[in-house]
Amino acid sequence: MIKPMPPEISLEALVAGDRAEFARLVDAYSDPIYRLGLRMLGTPQDAEDVLQNTFLNAMIHLPKFEGRSSLLTWLYRIASNEALMLIRKKKPEINLEDVSPSESDEDLKPLQFTDWSALPEDELLSGEGKQTLDRAIHTLPESLRIVFLLRDVEGLSIKETAEALNLTEVNVKTRLLRARLFLREQLSSYYGERLAHEVQND
Amino acid sequence: MTEHTHGNCENLLGSLSEYIDGELNPELCAEIEKHLAGCENCRVVLNTTKRTIDLVQTPTENPAMPTDVRERLFKRLNLDDYLNPK
Ligand SMILES: [Zn+2]
Repeated sequence: MIKPMPPEISLEALVAGDRAEFARLVDAYSDPIYRLGLRMLGTPQDAEDVLQNTFLNAMIHLPKFEGRSSLLTWLYRIASNEALMLIRKKKPEINLEDVSPSESDEDLKPLQFTDWSALPEDELLSGEGKQTLDRAIHTLPESLRIVFLLRDVEGLSIKETAEALNLTEVNVKTRLLRARLFLREQLSSYYGERLAHEVQND
Repeated sequence: MTEHTHGNCENLLGSLSEYIDGELNPELCAEIEKHLAGCENCRVVLNTTKRTIDLVQTPTENPAMPTDVRERLFKRLNLDDYLNPK
C-alpha cells in the first residue's frame, strides 16, 4: 500500500487550535486530497475547490474530532463528501448510488482472456499505457471511482473506505469488485492488442 | 456456503476481489485454487486483475500539487505566516 507515512502530528495540538500544527497537517495531506479531487472531478479548478473546502471544514470541525477513525480517514471522509457534493451540483443527472458500471450485471462477465500480466512494467506504463490507465480510471462511474480511488489508489482498508463514504463494507466490496473488473477489461483490450501485435512482429 | 462448493467461474468471479486481498478463509481459498488449477480463463482474469491493481499502485509521476495551489490554500486558511517552511 502506498499510504503516506504518518508524520508526527499532535492531535492534541490540532484539537486545541494550534495553527502551526494545522499548517503541518495541511502540508502532510494536501497532496493526496488534491489528487483525489483531481481524479474525481477532472479539472484543476474543481480539485482546488475540493482541497480548500476540505481543509476549511477540517479546521472548523477539528475541535469536535473524537478520534474514532484515523485523522487521514477523517480527512478523506470530508474530501469525499466535498467531491461528491460538487459532482451533484455540476452533474445532477449522475446517480451516485449506482453500483454498476452500466445497467446490467452481464457486463461484469470477463470478455477478454489475453494474459498480458507478464509484460514488463516499463512497457505497461510507457506514455501511452499510463494514459490508457488514467483514461480507464476516468471512465469509471463516479460511484465506483470514489471507492476504487480510496481503496486501491490511496490504500485505505475496506473498513476505512466504508467509514469515509458512509457505506457498508459489503457495499464497498461490491463496488470495488466491479471497479476492478471494469478496469481490467479496459486494460485488457489495450494491452491485448499490443501483445497480439508483438507476437505478429516476432 | 453451498454456492461455493461447485467452484464454477461465476462463483470465482464473485470472490475474486476478496481472494486477491487475502480476505477469504482457507477453505474458500482452497476451493478457488482448485478451480484455478483447471480453468485457464479464470487464471487469466486473476493475473490481469492483480496486475491492474499493481499498476494503479505504482507511484509514477503522481501529479503533485502545484505551488500556487498551496499558496492559495494557505491564504484561504489564514495560514499565510506558515507558508515558508515546507
Ligand atoms: Zn473458471
